[in-house]
Amino acid sequence: MYEPKIIGFLCNWCSYRGADTAGMARLKYPPNVKIVRVPCSGRISPELVLRSFREGADGVMVLGCHIGDCHYSTGNHRTAKRMPILKKLLEYTGIEPERLYINWVSAAEGEKFANVIHEFTETIRALPPITEVMK
Amino acid sequence: MNDRPRVGVYICHCGSNIAGTVDVADVARWAEKLPYVEVSRDYKFMCSSLGQELIEKDIKEREVNRVVVASCSPHLHEPTFRNACSRAGLNPYLFEMSNIREQDSWVTEDKLEATKKAKALVAAAVNRVIFQEPLESLFVPIDPNVLIVGGGITGIQAALEIADSGKHVYIVEREPSLGGHMAQFDKTFPTLDCSACILTPKMFSAGNHKNITMFTWSEVEKVEGFIGNFTVTIRKKARFIDESLCTGCGLCQEKCPKKVIDDVFEAGIGYRKAVYTPFPQAVPKYPVIDHENCTYFIKGTCKACEKFCPTGAIDFNQEDTLVTLKVGNIILATGYDLFDARKIPQYGYGRLPNVFTSLEFERLTNAAGPTGGKVYLRDGVTVPKSVAIVHCVGSRDKHYNNYCSAICCMQSLKFAHLVKEKTGAEVYEFYIDMRTPAKSYDEFYLRILKEGTHFIRGRVAEVTGTARSENKEGKLIVQAEDTLIGKQRRIPVDMVILSAGLQARADAKEVAIKFGISCSADSWFIEKHPKLDPVATMTDGVMVAGACQGPKDIPASVAQGAAAATRVLSIIGQGEIEIEAATALVNEETCVGCKECIPSCPYTSIEYLADKNKAHVIEALCKGCGTCVGTCLSKSIKLRHYTDDQLVAEMIGAMQAMKLFEAIDLETAAAGQD
Repeated sequence: MYEPKIIGFLCNWCSYRGADTAGMARLKYPPNVKIVRVPCSGRISPELVLRSFREGADGVMVLGCHIGDCHYSTGNHRTAKRMPILKKLLEYTGIEPERLYINWVSAAEGEKFANVIHEFTETIRALPPITEVMK
Repeated sequence: MNDRPRVGVYICHCGSNIAGTVDVADVARWAEKLPYVEVSRDYKFMCSSLGQELIEKDIKEREVNRVVVASCSPHLHEPTFRNACSRAGLNPYLFEMSNIREQDSWVTEDKLEATKKAKALVAAAVNRVIFQEPLESLFVPIDPNVLIVGGGITGIQAALEIADSGKHVYIVEREPSLGGHMAQFDKTFPTLDCSACILTPKMFSAGNHKNITMFTWSEVEKVEGFIGNFTVTIRKKARFIDESLCTGCGLCQEKCPKKVIDDVFEAGIGYRKAVYTPFPQAVPKYPVIDHENCTYFIKGTCKACEKFCPTGAIDFNQEDTLVTLKVGNIILATGYDLFDARKIPQYGYGRLPNVFTSLEFERLTNAAGPTGGKVYLRDGVTVPKSVAIVHCVGSRDKHYNNYCSAICCMQSLKFAHLVKEKTGAEVYEFYIDMRTPAKSYDEFYLRILKEGTHFIRGRVAEVTGTARSENKEGKLIVQAEDTLIGKQRRIPVDMVILSAGLQARADAKEVAIKFGISCSADSWFIEKHPKLDPVATMTDGVMVAGACQGPKDIPASVAQGAAAATRVLSIIGQGEIEIEAATALVNEETCVGCKECIPSCPYTSIEYLADKNKAHVIEALCKGCGTCVGTCLSKSIKLRHYTDDQLVAEMIGAMQAMKLFEAIDLETAAAGQD
């Protein structure tokens, strides 16, 4: 049993606030995810995700506004297209695609945020540490 | 900035909010050893003036040139600490915040784990701040126009305050008239003055104010932009009435042959026509044709209204129209829904005819209501001789809503008075606790006690039509445990009034998403701070007021409406607002002119310079989302304040800390095995 190390890239307007909403409701969730705030999920270039894996992250989360609710109107459309391709690339390189997680969490969805963290932490826990995959 | 970074780290206790879970002193000691950290402190409240002075002093005296505060969410206090840096002469973009409250101490069960997480988040912020660069903010003018969503008493109050100051207000109301729930009530507690008498003049003032434009029978479709510069699209639903011709004479309503049960204004106990204004004093005076029930729309014939309309104002071909408005600030005053008493089947509402909801009783007792203010049973002729009023229906009940709806005790006391006054019936109030905390409220309770209303302390178990003895036959029997005498009681009555609780609007969550604000688990809109910023929200330029923020009575709603108006006027008074300097920039040396970035920009702020074969960001249009950065294949675009260097540094800071803790844990485990 190991404690997975997870990096979460969260958009400033919806998902980061969703995380704050979870906090305000005092919902408890595992501490494994460390959040990096970005203005929009569209800012998350594939390099940021790959670099996180290279630095030893066992999992990477990308959370943005729901489609249609993006603070920048269509920034997250790019995320929706970009990240599934990146998952395929990960698979090709031998990294389990489940290590990259994409979802939409609004500022109101504190409960969903906490659930997503629970779920993803458990998904990653079931996988070996990334250091074993990237030997 | 060639100076060597000298980072100041400040760990906030936030009273016990953080310090109760995170070992703040340990985090501060640990941060002191991080690279480039000059000073690391922990303090009870970093946002207090003393806390801010600590930062300012260190900038001046210890030459701190980078600042990290680990405290609450940056959405709460980033501006506070940026200002503190500015005051001490440090560029505010050399500040970074670490969220160890909302995203750590409040959500992490284990204290040791919470402390570790705080350390990792602080390490991430320290690593990031080293790479941060000074930036100059942009200032944009604030549009002085204001949008108010909801035309109930709260929205009206806010609109009048702002309009009287000379600023223009747009009110958007979903129903055909202003007025909201208050227009449905008969009397208001505790003064028992007539609701319409105090509301109608306000509605009229709002309707005729030169600085107020009303959009009734309309809804907000889309909201774009940010504080000072919102663009709002409003759907004006087809009224099928040409407002420029209609005089509001009411002849169409008189002649319309189609009667429809009025589920909205009359709470289902009265009728209206297919062409209608909800009530005679409606503002605006123009009616609406309910096309779902209008005979012409259903069968293609009738047009009685058109035949009789003296000004030719009926327009069956009217369609919904979209109106685009520019506003600088928005106030949401969307009110509440009544708890649906059908959800508690044992109370019999919808099954036992003489069980009424509070809103039905309001209409029943209203002089302008379907019975002309006579309190009758559902048959419309019998005057009840005994009435039970049930408190906390759908409130303070773990099966429905945990919260207290705040108004039901006073409302029920008011009902007791009105029933006694109008019918002389015996009144039984079934309550859990009597909650009458506002000005003159408890005095009102004493008055109702003196009037001879019976008070039974206990939650009602059941309302049934099945009697156990002959003398109770034909009555409604209200069963409850009287907790003051410790006995079950079965009280036979003719009428039961369920004081249904208040709930957030059914579509509150969608509305919250539309305006970019948050809802609590009960769907009430969340204010910026529950005590010190009760009407602002986490989204600058969007305020909440009245019952959409939580259950409230009329005085509290009016106070919040006025408060929201004042907050908005204070923002307008500033004239311009600082916006983030985080815009994108193309590195022309590496840009290959592939144009991939151009369609990725949601704001068409990237242009192609053909002479140079380079992309170029128009700064005034760029909103700083960074989507182009993620798209650029030659890595030639940087988003200021969110550069690759800064984000990677933040990620590495967190990763290094996590790896360190993992190594320590492994060592400890190994030592334990020896």
